Amino acid sequence: MSMNNQGRPTKSDSVHVDAPVTFTGNKALQISEALIFETGDFAGTGVDFPEPAGISSRLGGLERNDTIGLPGLSEPEAMRHYVRLSQKNYAIDMGPFPLGSCTMKHNPRLNEKMARLPGFGDVHPLQPESTVQGALELIDILAHWLKTLTGMPAVAMSPKAGAHGELCGMMAIKKAIEARGEAEIRTRVLAPESAHGTNPATAAQCGFRVDSIPADDTGRVDLEAFRAKLGPDVAGIMVTNPNTCGLFERDIRAIADAVHEVGGYFYCDGANFNAIAGKARPGDLGIDAMHINLHKTFSTPHGGGGPGSGPTVFSQALAPFAPVPFIVHDGTRFKLVETRKAANSEADGEGGKSFGRMTAFHGQMGMFVRALSYMLSHGVDGVRKAAEDAVLNANYVQARLREEMTTAFDGICMHEALFDDRFLKDTGVETIDFAKAMIDEGYHPMTMYFPLVVHGAMLIEPTESESKRELDQFCDALLSLARKAKSGEMADQFKAAPVYAPMRRLDETAAARKPVLRWTPPEQKQAAE
Amino acid sequence: MRYLPLNEADRQQMLKVIGVNQIDDLFTDVPAELLNVEIDLPTHAGELGVERTLGAMAAKNRAASAGPFFVGGGAYKHHIPATVDHIIQRSEFLTSYTPYQPEIAQGTLQYLFEFQTQVAAITGMDVANASMYDGSTACAEAALMARRINKRKKVIMSGGLHPHYASVTRTNSELLGDEVVPAPIDVDGTEDIINQIDDKTACVIVQTPDVFGNVRDLAPIAKAAHEKGALLIAVVTEVMSLGAVKSPGSMGADIVVGEGQSIGNGLNFGGPYVGLFATRQKYVRQMPGRLCGETVDAEGKRGFVLTLSTREQHIRRDKATSNICTNSGLCCLAFSVHMTLLGEVGLRRLAMLNHEAASKTADALAQVQGVELVNRAFFNEFTVRLPKPATQVVEALAEKNILAGIPASRLLPDIGAAENLLIVAATECVSDEDIQKFVGGLSEVLQS
Repeated sequence: MSMNNQGRPTKSDSVHVDAPVTFTGNKALQISEALIFETGDFAGTGVDFPEPAGISSRLGGLERNDTIGLPGLSEPEAMRHYVRLSQKNYAIDMGPFPLGSCTMKHNPRLNEKMARLPGFGDVHPLQPESTVQGALELIDILAHWLKTLTGMPAVAMSPKAGAHGELCGMMAIKKAIEARGEAEIRTRVLAPESAHGTNPATAAQCGFRVDSIPADDTGRVDLEAFRAKLGPDVAGIMVTNPNTCGLFERDIRAIADAVHEVGGYFYCDGANFNAIAGKARPGDLGIDAMHINLHKTFSTPHGGGGPGSGPTVFSQALAPFAPVPFIVHDGTRFKLVETRKAANSEADGEGGKSFGRMTAFHGQMGMFVRALSYMLSHGVDGVRKAAEDAVLNANYVQARLREEMTTAFDGICMHEALFDDRFLKDTGVETIDFAKAMIDEGYHPMTMYFPLVVHGAMLIEPTESESKRELDQFCDALLSLARKAKSGEMADQFKAAPVYAPMRRLDETAAARKPVLRWTPPEQKQAAE
Repeated sequence: MRYLPLNEADRQQMLKVIGVNQIDDLFTDVPAELLNVEIDLPTHAGELGVERTLGAMAAKNRAASAGPFFVGGGAYKHHIPATVDHIIQRSEFLTSYTPYQPEIAQGTLQYLFEFQTQVAAITGMDVANASMYDGSTACAEAALMARRINKRKKVIMSGGLHPHYASVTRTNSELLGDEVVPAPIDVDGTEDIINQIDDKTACVIVQTPDVFGNVRDLAPIAKAAHEKGALLIAVVTEVMSLGAVKSPGSMGADIVVGEGQSIGNGLNFGGPYVGLFATRQKYVRQMPGRLCGETVDAEGKRGFVLTLSTREQHIRRDKATSNICTNSGLCCLAFSVHMTLLGEVGLRRLAMLNHEAASKTADALAQVQGVELVNRAFFNEFTVRLPKPATQVVEALAEKNILAGIPASRLLPDIGAAENLLIVAATECVSDEDIQKFVGGLSEVLQS
């Protein structure tokens, strides 16, 4: 008699049948779902409105008379459409989501409840200040938390995401350099090869030339190579710390000193702040600016790719160049400073050099409420504990997986563990196949092929949200996959993975070769061909 | 601590497996004197405590739905069907990541494909991306895209462009040394921007309805821009207008950017919102941001993936079309669910209800002694000239629990001519009673 993996006997006569091809193409709970453009029509709707009175239009003769092309669904149809779609998604609420550098931690629902209070969710950014004192107070308190946790004197709250925060920091650096009359000279920004792509992209968007620094054999900035690249044309350096290899840059203060010595600034990418929040303050390490991803470290949901929020802290040297708007308290009430001119008159001494505005309003208020809700819940003690557990979990996974998998670097790691593909050598299985096989085991894959400094990289960030039991099962599953791969006999199975996901492997090359970026009515499509 | 599953026994066991004695043995790379420094912030709290603290702050704000409300200026109070908020709070949408593993992210990818199609349809363009942060950053990105297309460095901005959009665009374009030329403030939508377009112009940026509410005919501007080899970037901060007003695409725009907040997304004191970005097929490869495209899986089944990512920072690094990574995924979903519930008929009717509410409000206000309607053509927002500085009037009305609109001087503090102008929005949420209260309150304030 055969046994299943729960140790229970299986009934051989009913187990071994070929999976039937269903009439609908559905597989029980996996239900195929057409596009709204295929199921809905232009007369359908899921809302009830009163009949317009039929006034004469005041649109200046610019009335829209063409068919827009928007199908409508009744409420039950719409509900079913989106619920079916949702069931094709993996999510942190379903299981581990160990994407390195992404910090997929638990998203507390208290945060959602707080963000939906009418006093936060139903308030307009341009209401009179007297009617939004509580909203300004919340931003001010969150700013205090961010400044205190980072040990930095100033923070710009308006950046809308991490990369926008990087832009904020680099714009301030550019402005500071201009203010010194060195705009023409300082045109080069240094960034390690292991940097997130947003770093070089941001520097380029600010008109800087990007110069890569290689990593040393411990996975950190190669100090000698870095020093060799310093010069009077260096505007600054962008370093992620802990870095994208999951390692703390031990020489960070030496790097800061050296870049300051040649008159440059130090931008720190704070994507990995979760590893040290409450444990150590970036401000003590000599940085000039750093963005904080509220959607990573402070638990606001990633929402399938956004919205994020990227407040950016500044050193004293860069603070005067911070963007508008910002909030001040005049002793009796909170005030918004919304223009450069107002910012200039607000600042004392040599202040008042704000680089301007990054977004229409005051930043991601919805994310601010959620982040503060998380911070108040955890408290400073909990934030520290969370960092410790995140680092503990990563090291535990690293220690256990070392049994079969190869780590890129020796020793302990911070919040994420980096593996390379040496253990897959000559197996016929590549990093991507290994990742896709994880899907069949019920896991979201780790970050693949990043950072670029490691061959076939697999970057695992479990976060503090995983229990030991969950981690053990995760490690057992990965070890088993590694053994299977190394057995050399199952490469085909890896290449075919995933087989249990709602879709088999998708052809990304074909998608890029002939991009189809929208639905087109079949008759129009035919005519075009 | 309710968010942390490990207990002390787990931690000890795990440290042992790792081969260290205590947690700080994992932090030895951090300079010892900087580790565990005292940080002066409150300690943890239960749900009840947090609710009390945040609830007290929320209670100090006047919610839009708590009385007559006429504030617009790039963010609008609309009714959102209950279904929308339910859907976006489903775990599988709320707590998923960017769909880099398409086999287990078809939910996100399919709604993005539908979103892109909806945005292309309402703007009258060929293609749209999977969103930007908000309308203002989309506008700035559009100007950068124009310079990539025609390699020119001059940006002309209409005097009706939302001043905050103009600031954001200027901040970004000037970084690269481009010349940004703002046209003079254009209160009634009659500016002659065509005259300013020359053969050095990369793009001309025109908003419709503009910041004062004027509905603008873009066709002549598009024609003039194209004759000089420049691009027309159309900005729509009230996307609801596209249910009633000709699409920018049909008037010849090359890039259409907009704020999508009005559909499906609450006011949220300014964010998160959803930036819309649409263009012509021929410019697709110069677009910023994520794109979702159709493909097939190994069994030939239709599916969706992120595509053309060689434009993006994670592949192209310093040569990318933009540094954007995270966008407004969940806000796209809210937009798309609401738009699917509305459909063609719902959007058109809702737009008409907005137009009628604004029309009624404008007529009622114009009856007040000394108040003059500025606009000839408008959608759901218009500007009135008051006999007094608008800031005072707005403050006085706020004390009567009437949020009357935006003093133009808040957006244009340096323009003297803006001092008495009040920008008023009226959506389907405005009732006849609200209008009466506004008119009554305004009469009192102006007489006092």
